[in-house]
Amino acid sequence: MPMNDNAEFRPKIVAFCCNWCSYAGADLAGSSRLTYPADVKIIKVPCSCRVNPMFILRAFEKGADGVIMCGCHPGDCHYSTGNYYARRRMTLLFSMLDYIGVEHGRTRVEWVSAAEGVKFSATMNEFVEKIKSLGKNVRLGDLRCRS
Amino acid sequence: MQELINRTKELLADGTVARVLGWRRGDLPTNPEPAYFNDGESLSEFVYNGFCGANLSKYMIEASELDGRTLVFLKPCDTYSFNQLLKENRVDREKAYIIGVGCKGKISEASLNAIGIKNVIDVKGAELTDACDTLTIETLTGNTTCAYRDAMLERCHVCRGKEYVVYDELIGDSADTVDGDRFDEVRKIEAMSPEERFAFFKAELSKCIRCNACRNVCPACSCRKCVFDSTKFDSAQKANSDSFEEKMFHIIRAFHVAGRCTDCGECSRVCPQGIPLHLLNRKFIKDINTLYGDFCAGESAEGATPLTSFTFGDAEPGTV
Ligand code: SF4
Ligand code: SF4
Repeated sequence: MPMNDNAEFRPKIVAFCCNWCSYAGADLAGSSRLTYPADVKIIKVPCSCRVNPMFILRAFEKGADGVIMCGCHPGDCHYSTGNYYARRRMTLLFSMLDYIGVEHGRTRVEWVSAAEGVKFSATMNEFVEKIKSLGKNVRLGDLRCRS
Repeated sequence: MQELINRTKELLADGTVARVLGWRRGDLPTNPEPAYFNDGESLSEFVYNGFCGANLSKYMIEASELDGRTLVFLKPCDTYSFNQLLKENRVDREKAYIIGVGCKGKISEASLNAIGIKNVIDVKGAELTDACDTLTIETLTGNTTCAYRDAMLERCHVCRGKEYVVYDELIGDSADTVDGDRFDEVRKIEAMSPEERFAFFKAELSKCIRCNACRNVCPACSCRKCVFDSTKFDSAQKANSDSFEEKMFHIIRAFHVAGRCTDCGECSRVCPQGIPLHLLNRKFIKDINTLYGDFCAGESAEGATPLTSFTFGDAEPGTV
């Protein structure tokens, strides 16, 4: 039975947020009393560029159904250029995941500034809905099966 | 081959090189193996023929630590790997004396098996001085012949050319072996539905026995400590068996060499399970070429690589 038939399905979402923009954006969302599902677990990183592609895979392996990475807008990185490197890495990684047949949409990158509490909450709500529609993540776990 | 041995003896005798890195006869005629030769006498074991697919450039990492220069034989594609190692400061150019050897395409017993020629005892027609258009194969069930091309490794059908990007001298003729486009298969997979793609890779990757051969052979995989080394076993290079590695090994391996993989084809050649690992590497190469401009790892020993550079207008993740 596909999981998305189950009304109770609450996806696990991991959000990597950079310390300087996105995490502050999440903070602002909170202090502005904007809501987003509690299923989003935020992991603070110094910079989006700190996100090793392995972190994304590891999050999936540990049971995440969707992984989103947030960083400062291009041009606004606290370390000047970190997010530009991160952007290339994630572009290639996401394209590879798509290539091996992991549903497009389980991964996402969004640039969120410290002033964008509204965008943060809206993005998270939207992402959770998307993952709900995709259902539980089983493909990455099933990629290597001895069947 | 005699020409290579004669020249090697000269270079050993006049002290230009302290040792030689080449191939020696293996336990079967179809599997010569990488070996060091320290003197003229030991060269009686030396071979160079169509079965010498092994890329010797990675051995130059350890040879760079030894005293004196090491003579190393590199095929055209191997020189890209050497250059890439040079760029990453993993080998010392001064410690290497590179003889670029001619190549008429490399063949393998696995390719012979694939066209139904099994139980191979000996193969004739694969010397560098041969025309390399037909092979005569002695098998347990009698003699047979096949086109050289039909026994060639996948990578030789899509060879980037017979140029040497780094060398000290060249010996032997090469021949054009190309009859395909290396991205054709990647395009075929891209055109499948997500379900078909998943089924395809699941079937291939599930064959993996985690022997780590693909990692060990790769000239772009040369970290001293690897995430895929076991912390639980004292035996070097033993694969871990936690579920993260089990599931993600292939994606991580391919990503780790993205932008540095020269498409030398060694990973696919050594995989005992016949997994087409090049399909993962080439996806990255193709994406990099399309998104960030044509790039060929190893072509130059200098300059930025696609993953250590950027432009302000790069594509956004998930949009391609
Ligand atoms: S990944 Fe494979 S093709 Fe690429 S450099 Fe390593 S061994 Fe060669
Ligand atoms: S060489 Fe093949 S079987 Fe061995 S670890 Fe690599 S993919 Fe798996």
